[in-house]
Amino acid sequence: MPQHEHMERHRKLHGRRMDAEERDRKKESRLVHKRSEFAQKVHGIRAKIYQKRRFKEKATMRKTIAMHNQRSNQHANDEAVADGAVPAYLLDREGVSRAKVLSNTVKQKRKEKAGKWEVPIPKVKPVADDEMFKILKTGKRQKKAWKRMVTKCTFVGDSFTRKNPKYERFIRPSGLRMKRANVTHPELKTTFQLAILGVKKNPSSQIYTNLGVLTKGTIIEVNVSELGLVTTSGKVAWGKMAQVTNNPELDGCVNAVLLV
Amino acid sequence: MSGDKRTGGIAWAGSLVGSENPKSLGYRYSNPAKRYRKDGENEEEHKLPTNLVIQFRNRQGEELADNLDVPTGSSVDDLQALIRSLLEQQGDGDNAKIPYSFYAKVEKNGVLDDVEITHRLSDFLNENKVSTEDVLQLTYQPLAVFRVRPVTRCTDTMPGHTEAILHVSYSPDGKHLASGGGDTTVRFWDVNTSLPKHTCKQHKNHVLCTAWSPDGTRFASCDKNGVLILWDPTNGKPIFSKKAHRQYISSLSWEPMHLNGGKCERLVTSSKDSTCKVWNVRTQQCLLTLSGHTDSVECVRWGGEGFLYSASRDRSIKVWTMKDGDVPGKLVRSLKGHSHRVNTLALSSDYICRTGPFDHRGTPFASREEGFQASVEKYKNFIQQGHERLVSGSDDYTLFLWHPTQEKHPIKRLTGHQQAVNHIAFSPDGRYFASASFDKKVKLWNGFSGDFLNTLTGHVGPVYQVAWSSDSQYLVSASKDSTAKLWEVPTGKRARATLPGHADEVFALDWSPNGASVATGSKDRTIKIWKC
Repeated sequence: MPQHEHMERHRKLHGRRMDAEERDRKKESRLVHKRSEFAQKVHGIRAKIYQKRRFKEKATMRKTIAMHNQRSNQHANDEAVADGAVPAYLLDREGVSRAKVLSNTVKQKRKEKAGKWEVPIPKVKPVADDEMFKILKTGKRQKKAWKRMVTKCTFVGDSFTRKNPKYERFIRPSGLRMKRANVTHPELKTTFQLAILGVKKNPSSQIYTNLGVLTKGTIIEVNVSELGLVTTSGKVAWGKMAQVTNNPELDGCVNAVLLV
Repeated sequence: MSGDKRTGGIAWAGSLVGSENPKSLGYRYSNPAKRYRKDGENEEEHKLPTNLVIQFRNRQGEELADNLDVPTGSSVDDLQALIRSLLEQQGDGDNAKIPYSFYAKVEKNGVLDDVEITHRLSDFLNENKVSTEDVLQLTYQPLAVFRVRPVTRCTDTMPGHTEAILHVSYSPDGKHLASGGGDTTVRFWDVNTSLPKHTCKQHKNHVLCTAWSPDGTRFASCDKNGVLILWDPTNGKPIFSKKAHRQYISSLSWEPMHLNGGKCERLVTSSKDSTCKVWNVRTQQCLLTLSGHTDSVECVRWGGEGFLYSASRDRSIKVWTMKDGDVPGKLVRSLKGHSHRVNTLALSSDYICRTGPFDHRGTPFASREEGFQASVEKYKNFIQQGHERLVSGSDDYTLFLWHPTQEKHPIKRLTGHQQAVNHIAFSPDGRYFASASFDKKVKLWNGFSGDFLNTLTGHVGPVYQVAWSSDSQYLVSASKDSTAKLWEVPTGKRARATLPGHADEVFALDWSPNGASVATGSKDRTIKIWKC
């Protein structure tokens, strides 16, 4: 007969000793101290084995605690109604992008006129002229200094032809010219690469606007016809404003956010 | 063909332009107004005999009077005057007052086709190769006795819903409007003042589809959880509510009034759980469960002949009988032909069944029995034009025309759309049907033969819904591009009017049966009412 059943039988026959509970409690209380003593004393391979075992124990302990905690957690409301209601004929249709209609054209035109937009980056550090332009020395003795080279990214329209060097005051280096921007739609939370149509406003200076300089905070117009946005009158929206959110000259690309 | 004699001419068109006929410019006038202008000067017309022998017959092929000798220059109005006097002579006084349209059989590419005479006989003879020696058989068909004026302007914008509006519907008499939305409410609106009447909150999920009973006394709505609720439109209180299906309910349809002695207590619902269920709303019981489809049922219709038609994503359309003598719910035939999910169904009798006993004035009825008699009478008149026809539209970009009460083979397969067909609507008189597709087009088809008539282009987004005016003269379409457009039928290729104003996609559309107004419901949470 194995030991434990033997002992169980004894317990059934004679009961436990009177202080059994007390002894158990004390033994358990002392266990942590004993373990600690052992853990501090042990070294070498035994220490490694002990620590690994102890680590596993603690991990299960943490899991158990987390499991018990979950009960007091608040659950999502089953009664809640999902957003984005669509009619039965559009349910279960994949690939139907649900782009929002943006502000109507009238509103946009008004804003355009005033040259004011409610923009995601309201305040922009002004860019000084000497940061923007590099003075080019010209002339046979290199002593004339009327020519400037733009040191920031620019947008140059397709129809642009350079002037005669004699008359060309501002040079926009072709390496810094940008044609496309990565535009984020703030409500769809998606980013599209769209063609730039023009620079509407560079907050630092009107000259920069005319030159098409792209710095952080610049308002640009992008071609959104691919997105399939429509105006309230049922026309496909073509150009939309966006604000540059990065420093293109540092990143080598233009990132922008669509103004809704 | 002596070139030196030419006095004018621009281009070649068959014969040498300008040599024989100096007035001809070498292209065919497509504009009827211009056609009138050249009236009397065209030498081609002189080649036609001055008179032509015609024979009138009705849709059933019965001949009216003997052969008649009429001038080729007679217009449709002349023909109408003639046929009215003929009908009056025969003692058919009621039918003598209404307008008619005329069709002639013409062979085109080896197929006999009905061509409508739109202006005058001579124009028709010039445009079509028809022998002037033979007797011309003209089929006459009654038009609606009233005219609906086209809607042009937005008279009211009704806010209230706090989420997208998914369904709007006018009551059969056109005196009430109800809408169901993504905010889980059903709302009843006062048509005259455009103010909210009742807001009913009992659904727990998006209200997907709604329908008025044909007698206009009850209103059913279904939601995305599969719950069916029946409302009393007079006080906005629910009569009963039931968890009808395990998944969302895609469509519902009431039993036509002429089939049930005016009781209007049965309806059928279809669901994504691939079943249809027939309900008795008085006893609040499910009478039948029609489980034959193997995939989600997208659309269900209760036809005027006592059959149920259900279209499913399993590519088939099933016909179930609910006739009195038959075993109810027996599968009669399965219509196969589509190669992709079937989205929508339209019946030629849809409008008749929907409006029940009411005529275009929405006259109320003293008793239920009287209403029943009126609806029976109305249906009997309508069905004279032939079998009940069914059109189905599918994701395989085609439509099929069926005679579902007769045979299981399609009459015609209609191609032309370049994207999935989302919605089809038969004109109230059954002469045309229009199909709305995701390819931004609405196409117009002949309601009897299924011949292609016209493509209506103008929308810049997928077209979601179409609705007809009750006189079958106008069509409105609702699109994702935030507008609805009004079209003239069957001639208008360009939109007669654009109804702009919504800030987002237009999901729901309905034209009031009394023709007074159009309601559109949009994702921008407003309902707009359009009037002329």
